[in-house]
Amino acid sequence: MARGEGSRADPQGLWASFTLPGTGWLIALFLIPFYAIAAIAFGGVDPIFGSALPRWNPLTWNFTAFNDVFSEVVNGSLRNVFVRTFSYVGISLVLCFAIGYPVAYYLARYAGRTKGILLACVVLPFWMSYLMRMLAWVNLLNPEGGWAADALNALHAPRLFEALGLGNGGEVWFGQPITVIMGLVYGYIPFFILPLYAALDRIDGRYLEAARDLGASAKATFLNVTLPLSVPGILAASVITALPMFGDYYTNTILSGSPGTEMIGNQIELYITRSRQPQNGAVLVLILSALLLVLMSYYLVITTRAQRSAE
Amino acid sequence: MSRADPWAKPRVLPLITWLYVVWSIVPVLIAIAFSFNSGRSRSTWQGFSVRWWWTDAGSVAKDDSLQLAVRNSLLLGLVTIVIVVPLGVLLAIGLARWRSRLSHGANLISLIPLVTPEIVMGAALFIVFKELYTGVPLGRGAQILGHVTFTLSFVVVIVRGRLVAIGPVYEEAARDLGAKAHQALRLVILPLLWPAIFASVVIVFATSLDDFVIASFLSSGAGTETVPIRIYSSARGGATPALNAVATVMLIITMGVIGLGFLVLSRARKRRGGEGDAVGDLAGFSL
Repeated sequence: MARGEGSRADPQGLWASFTLPGTGWLIALFLIPFYAIAAIAFGGVDPIFGSALPRWNPLTWNFTAFNDVFSEVVNGSLRNVFVRTFSYVGISLVLCFAIGYPVAYYLARYAGRTKGILLACVVLPFWMSYLMRMLAWVNLLNPEGGWAADALNALHAPRLFEALGLGNGGEVWFGQPITVIMGLVYGYIPFFILPLYAALDRIDGRYLEAARDLGASAKATFLNVTLPLSVPGILAASVITALPMFGDYYTNTILSGSPGTEMIGNQIELYITRSRQPQNGAVLVLILSALLLVLMSYYLVITTRAQRSAE
Repeated sequence: MSRADPWAKPRVLPLITWLYVVWSIVPVLIAIAFSFNSGRSRSTWQGFSVRWWWTDAGSVAKDDSLQLAVRNSLLLGLVTIVIVVPLGVLLAIGLARWRSRLSHGANLISLIPLVTPEIVMGAALFIVFKELYTGVPLGRGAQILGHVTFTLSFVVVIVRGRLVAIGPVYEEAARDLGAKAHQALRLVILPLLWPAIFASVVIVFATSLDDFVIASFLSSGAGTETVPIRIYSSARGGATPALNAVATVMLIITMGVIGLGFLVLSRARKRRGGEGDAVGDLAGFSL
């Protein structure tokens, strides 16, 4: 946008200089650290101490660790961990949708006078510490007198989840797949509901009235108007929820701790901070990032598109 | 064709919604209640007492390690705010105005941390501090640098949203009346930005207090333990209800800050007779 007068020209240099400290920070503490992961993953091993040696020059990269870990993922000991991670996240997303869609839909369309209080209740978990919310479940699932554990056992829930392939049939809930899945859903469902609510709330009520005026039943209106219009919201909510779930390890450790429920995040945390083979952890970070690239790009595209249309 | 009242109120939906609300909040309320248990158990109720708050040697008031965890969490949050808010505000203004090929790259870098799983960022920072930035040992310094990095995008998103809402009109008016670009910024835009800056402070503080992954990867042991790290490492062990009590302390602090932020922002909106609501200001970053 040319403004004509020289004195009124947009001081592009000034604005560019504003971004310097922030981008400099992110280059030093986000991009370079990510490169350091690659330098370790494709690095060497100290012949005497057996510790990892980073290689900063890509021309000298060594792919031994990467090939080893990758073949473990494709058909070795890590394959189960990857399959498990994807199935836990998949089941958790389905549950988030099954619980979250009705809640978001009710909030957006019908809540009426209770909307304010309900919205506050749905936002509330955002401001409770994640670890405290998990602590609450550790206490409730305690094998010695935990209220939720006792109630579930009285309802024969162990047999139900064993039949579904999500439990071992035992009355101790720690260490069972269903407990980890429940923890993931409990932890991340607010991230699903809020963006979905925002998307449903934006649907123009006149479309629904038009459908009803033209004779569509409530069910047909929902299936042919509301649901299709909310697909972008469902996708955004799923991506926002799936990304942290894929990288989660603490929900798993605190509610299970069993090797039988370990996810990719648990392996990464173990290799990077508590083992002598950080290069294996670094390789896993690269593989995980590559797998999540599609989800991350999708979210970045919709965010920048929204930014541009707002400006 | 007979049809029931087309705008009939649903029955199942409110039931699901209220059950969800109960399920999402009641476990935490029970955890708070158990901080007042008179026994050592965090699961079996043995009567009311404040021993885990005040009197017992392992209570929040008397256990040095619990207090250290609270102090570490608060310090980390406060120092992070001091660094990240100016950094983020400058970056947001620059990104909103600067138009060039390079600015797209800068914009992308400022958004990528939002979609990066915390474990990736935590692992990357852990490795870079061990292998490259060896002048920064793991511990409080590294934790602060990590928290600034992962909250910077939040500040940028919040401030940019506000810049869009303000629009170019006020600044153009100031420039027409003879103000230089930096004067228009300081005298016109900055005062209009303060609700976003305030919301950033509140959200950065709450996010930093809540964070476990980055703080844990960059911690150097007991001396830099924060409350979430403490909960993680002792929840499954034999920790007493004092753990519930210290979690409750952090909950009260976070809720207090959020509540205060909500009050201040909604009062400011009312004075302006503005649109929207303060919940949006405080929750909008996550959308």
